[in-house]
Amino acid sequence: MANHPQTHSESRLQPAFGRAMGMRMFRDTLAHYMVGLGGMGVIIAILLIFFYLVYIVMPLFAPAEANKVAQYNLPQPQSGKTLLLAIEEQNEIAVRFTDRGEAVFFSLQDGQVIGEPHRILPNRLRSRVKISGFTAGQSVSGLVGYGLSNGRAIIAKHNYDISYPGDKKLITPVISYPFGNKPVQVDARAHALVALAVQNDEERSSIAAITSDGRLVLTTMQKEENLLDEEESELTFSTYELIPVEGAIKLLLEPRQQFLYVVDKTGFINVIDIKEPETPRFIARIRVVNKDESISTIDFLSGGISLLIGTTEGKLSQWFPVQTGEKSDALVRIRNFSGESSFISAFSSEQRRKGFVSGDNQGNITLYHSTTGRKILTIPTSKQTLSKIAISPRADMIITEDVNHQLYVLHVNNEHPEVSWSVLWDKIWYEDYPEPTYTWQSSSASNDFEPKFSLTPLLFGTLKAAFYAMMIAIPLAIMGAIYSAYFMAPAMRRVVKPTIEIMEALPTVILGFLAGLWLAPMVEANLPGVFMMTVLLPAGVLVFAFAWQQLPISVRNFVPDGWTALLLLPVLIFLVWLAMALSQPVETLLFNGDMRAWMANHLGLSFDQRNSIVVGIAMGIAVIPTIFTITEDAIFSVPRHLTNGSLALGATLWQTLTRVVLLTASPGIFSAVMIGMGRAVGETMIVLMATGNTPVMDFSIFQGMRTLSANVAVEMPEAEVGSTHYRILFLAALVLFMFTFVLNAGAEIIRQRLRNKYSSL
Amino acid sequence: MIRTWVKSGSPWIWLNAAAVSANLLIVLGLLSLIAVRGLGHFWPADIYTFEYQKSEKNSITVIGEIVDTEIVSAARALDSGIKIKNAEKEIKRFLVKTGNRDILGSDFRWLTDARINNRSIEDQMMVVERLEWGNLYGRLISVKTDSGVIEEDDNTWGLLHQKMKNILILRDKIKNIEKHDIGDINYKLERLRLRKKSLQLKNSLDTEALNAINNERDQLNISYKKLQANLAKLYKEIRKDSMTVEVMNNKIVNIPLASVVRVVRPNAMGLLSKTGFYFEKLWEFISDEPREANTEGGILPAIFGTVMMVIIMSIFVTPFGVIAAVYLKEYARQGTVTRIIRVAVNNLAGVPSIVYGVFGLGFFVYFLGGNIDQLFFPEALPAPTFGTPGILWSSLTLALLTVPVVIVATEEGLSRIPRSIREGSLALGATKSETLWRTVLPMASPAMMTGLILAVARAAGEVAPLMLVGVVKLAPSLPLDGNAPFLHLERKFMHLGFHIYDLGFQSPNVEAARPLVFATAFLLVVVIVILNLVSISIRNRLRERYRGME
Repeated sequence: MANHPQTHSESRLQPAFGRAMGMRMFRDTLAHYMVGLGGMGVIIAILLIFFYLVYIVMPLFAPAEANKVAQYNLPQPQSGKTLLLAIEEQNEIAVRFTDRGEAVFFSLQDGQVIGEPHRILPNRLRSRVKISGFTAGQSVSGLVGYGLSNGRAIIAKHNYDISYPGDKKLITPVISYPFGNKPVQVDARAHALVALAVQNDEERSSIAAITSDGRLVLTTMQKEENLLDEEESELTFSTYELIPVEGAIKLLLEPRQQFLYVVDKTGFINVIDIKEPETPRFIARIRVVNKDESISTIDFLSGGISLLIGTTEGKLSQWFPVQTGEKSDALVRIRNFSGESSFISAFSSEQRRKGFVSGDNQGNITLYHSTTGRKILTIPTSKQTLSKIAISPRADMIITEDVNHQLYVLHVNNEHPEVSWSVLWDKIWYEDYPEPTYTWQSSSASNDFEPKFSLTPLLFGTLKAAFYAMMIAIPLAIMGAIYSAYFMAPAMRRVVKPTIEIMEALPTVILGFLAGLWLAPMVEANLPGVFMMTVLLPAGVLVFAFAWQQLPISVRNFVPDGWTALLLLPVLIFLVWLAMALSQPVETLLFNGDMRAWMANHLGLSFDQRNSIVVGIAMGIAVIPTIFTITEDAIFSVPRHLTNGSLALGATLWQTLTRVVLLTASPGIFSAVMIGMGRAVGETMIVLMATGNTPVMDFSIFQGMRTLSANVAVEMPEAEVGSTHYRILFLAALVLFMFTFVLNAGAEIIRQRLRNKYSSL
Repeated sequence: MIRTWVKSGSPWIWLNAAAVSANLLIVLGLLSLIAVRGLGHFWPADIYTFEYQKSEKNSITVIGEIVDTEIVSAARALDSGIKIKNAEKEIKRFLVKTGNRDILGSDFRWLTDARINNRSIEDQMMVVERLEWGNLYGRLISVKTDSGVIEEDDNTWGLLHQKMKNILILRDKIKNIEKHDIGDINYKLERLRLRKKSLQLKNSLDTEALNAINNERDQLNISYKKLQANLAKLYKEIRKDSMTVEVMNNKIVNIPLASVVRVVRPNAMGLLSKTGFYFEKLWEFISDEPREANTEGGILPAIFGTVMMVIIMSIFVTPFGVIAAVYLKEYARQGTVTRIIRVAVNNLAGVPSIVYGVFGLGFFVYFLGGNIDQLFFPEALPAPTFGTPGILWSSLTLALLTVPVVIVATEEGLSRIPRSIREGSLALGATKSETLWRTVLPMASPAMMTGLILAVARAAGEVAPLMLVGVVKLAPSLPLDGNAPFLHLERKFMHLGFHIYDLGFQSPNVEAARPLVFATAFLLVVVIVILNLVSISIRNRLRERYRGME
């Protein structure tokens, strides 16, 4: 401490004192650093909120990556050519089904064959029949089917048992036969089956096939549960002949087993209704490719609703049936996927998401996602045409085979393919929807559900709620503030201001529950009264004011100038009562006794009990004190000499107010409105309790909404950590954060400016 | 005349005045609505006996209290399936709480005024509050004890009261054993299991340790058996007595006294005993545990949880808020950066609370909590200890939410302290930290108090973030109890604000729960308004004090 030289010199004389002094200095420095550290720590902790939200949201927009982890020769080539590749859940074992009817299981890491190849076609039949056709069910089902030259088919399923002998995980591949291990008679005339399709579920199972003489046949299987022994359940088969389709080359049977898609040579898909297989109906014949190209691959997307069609020209498109009211279209082109223009040679859908992967004749693998309609990643893998491709159940491994019988294994990191800018904010055409829509539906009971993550309806709901709240709050708060700051007697102001401000501290959960349980039913029962109030209250006040003006001055002097607000209290109570009392008779008189029914019949407006009126009132009340306080301060601190000058020049009170005071205070009022808006946007409990929380896009005052904040509150506890849903909810929180932060910062800057202006006046 | 009046601007002034009056009316109306509905619920209502013409030929007796009256237009009444005579334009109807849910299926029914042939208030009518199935309304017929049946006469009522006193004592004993003694044993058993698992994980479970654990467990099991036997005896005792009651439509039901909480005859009560009863009910409300999915009984755990959470939050928020304010005001170099930080801190007070909840869930619960579990509680995994919402995380989240309030209030307090005081202290040779510690901070302490009170008031009313980070509708155990380490920061808790939301919107029987929601809301409003008034008055007094010094 240079400015205390005296103390310093004394300390030389008294060592004890010097030690104490040193201690004090040390403490001072320590305090300095501790406070600095603590202060910075708190500020950093606050900033951490923003960065943590960003940190959680970022992976949504991170690009996918893939890298090759292994390459090896075709395992067990003597078993025949590969017809299908598949990977099991744990990414340890892969399997290939061959054209000689064998299943070869091998280690995914290095291609080591595991056990003996499994013969799906029993040995005793091998000499008598040949394999003439093959099909794979949806990858999630693990079904494969071989068509035989005697009109029969054998259906197998690959499955994996996990056991822990000696605390080590052991995965054992198992082949089972859901249609029985004897080949099933599909064609009664015993012609070879050249193409087939299979679906198997609890209630009903079907095999459809094209025979070598060009007919379409169908066999359904019903399982009769044997009550004594589940294993011994009885299988009954029935065979049907369907309408023949000329030039049929491929069959697709959708999972509900109601429609059969028959692909023909000319690039058409023929849709056949097989709900009642005895009477099949031909529904439509649809061209799905251009004249100069033909279908090279076709398969279902997970869930079996959409068809993905790849062409020889490298085009990829998604199709599904669309029902618009009465009219229904058998197949509609929903979207095209941009791709390199080369021959799509191999194809596989993800099992749990709406993604898929394709291979082409230049050895590239491409990842797509159907909802977003975007190409995610292209990975050059081989130089040759890729003949087969498979993606693992968790969509993190890809195995592919090229025409040189080389197998490539790739690891994929593609966590959030379902999110893109357009999914969040644009109209998207979802499966089973008649047209593109803005939809928020984050979860459902079924596994292969297409999540709908449009934030637009939520943002719309947020702004709608805030809009109606501001409609209520702005006039009441600003007009109230004008009176309180400019006209009210100081004695009354001292009571009124804190009273209104106390409302800011009122927990919003209380406002919300009053709105939901008390106000909503009351508004519903007295709808005409509520509407009448908007007219009756101002009109009644004006009539009273005019009448008061006509009273003799001696009576008027009872109430001094700044106290008129008190005079209006009983008037307002009376007017509210009047509106409520008139509600019932007016409803009977004008609306046949039921305004809701009348609106529904005459105006076509539907009515929710928890609607925008209720939210507007409740949230308006929550916002009034915020706007009131700031506006009041802004008006009250307008320098006195400005108003005095104006009044001295002969302007009336009202003229001074509108031309001088409000003009000067307008930035402050604007910032008050912004802060109020910020509060309305982020409010959670009121909207949660006073709206129906349905994400509709409808500006009607009689409908509810779902806001960003309420959505987060409802869905956050159930979202799986790290999932796309979880991160999107963080994104919603981030949007709210940014929105309110920008509003508040803007308001703050305006107020700072205003303060400087006043001080310079 | 009207034109000049309009031109003078006077109508506008009147409209502005009306806006102030409307605002005042809203505040006062809200507060009185909550107060009247919340406090009115506990007043013993009269029990009416209605002769009700259900249909042309069929007339029934309905016993219950009138909860609500409304006038419905004929059209709407028709819509909701009420048959009315043609002449009527509107009908009056009563919502009657008939109780007896176990017999009638629902607690409430609407009665149309025109069909009520007769209504009377009988002194004999009594309300039986039960542990299950809500209230029962009816007339006492007899009391059954092990010594025989005592038919209705003047003494039966007295006898019933005597029996009830006994029952309440027994029930207290049972509750004590079940909640405390057996709860303790269960807690200790769980502890033992975790100790064993933890030793196993560390590979140091030798026979000695195992024997010790087994020994302890056996001992606990023996005392558990003893308590069980004791309980069985008490249960036998409490199940001895019952009463028969004649309910609506002359039906006679037998009610074991073991399931009865209280019997009263409100119709026979005078004003004095009604007042006594009122305060008894009010006390039960704030001092008892909830029953029947929270729709009956008290809210003690919610009050306790709220207070605990706020206390823990204050422990975090006060020092950090004050240090940050002192840093910003006294140590940081005043410049653009400090100004930006100040604006940012100010704005954070306006960030929606749900955002803090999301942050708390992601950062505190899943990130911090998950890591703490991995490091310190591996024996309990996969069941999370701190990696799940709980009172600690709730307090921390709310501390973050309210720290701007404390910073702003403290900074304001610091800036109100005149320079002369600081300079005087420095001139006398005090160091900067001594000046702060000895003069500035003590003088600013009321400002800190103000900040803290405002923070507490905000935290007490905040619900949205808590829904994500630790609040539950029914907590099995309080975060503070007699088992070491006494304070269980990882436990979930109940909260007044969430209680309101849950009762009003998630409850299976909203109609029955509604009065309790109002009562809970009233309690919350009172606490928060008082806290705010205190902070306002402190602030005003502070201002006056420093005005004199300048």
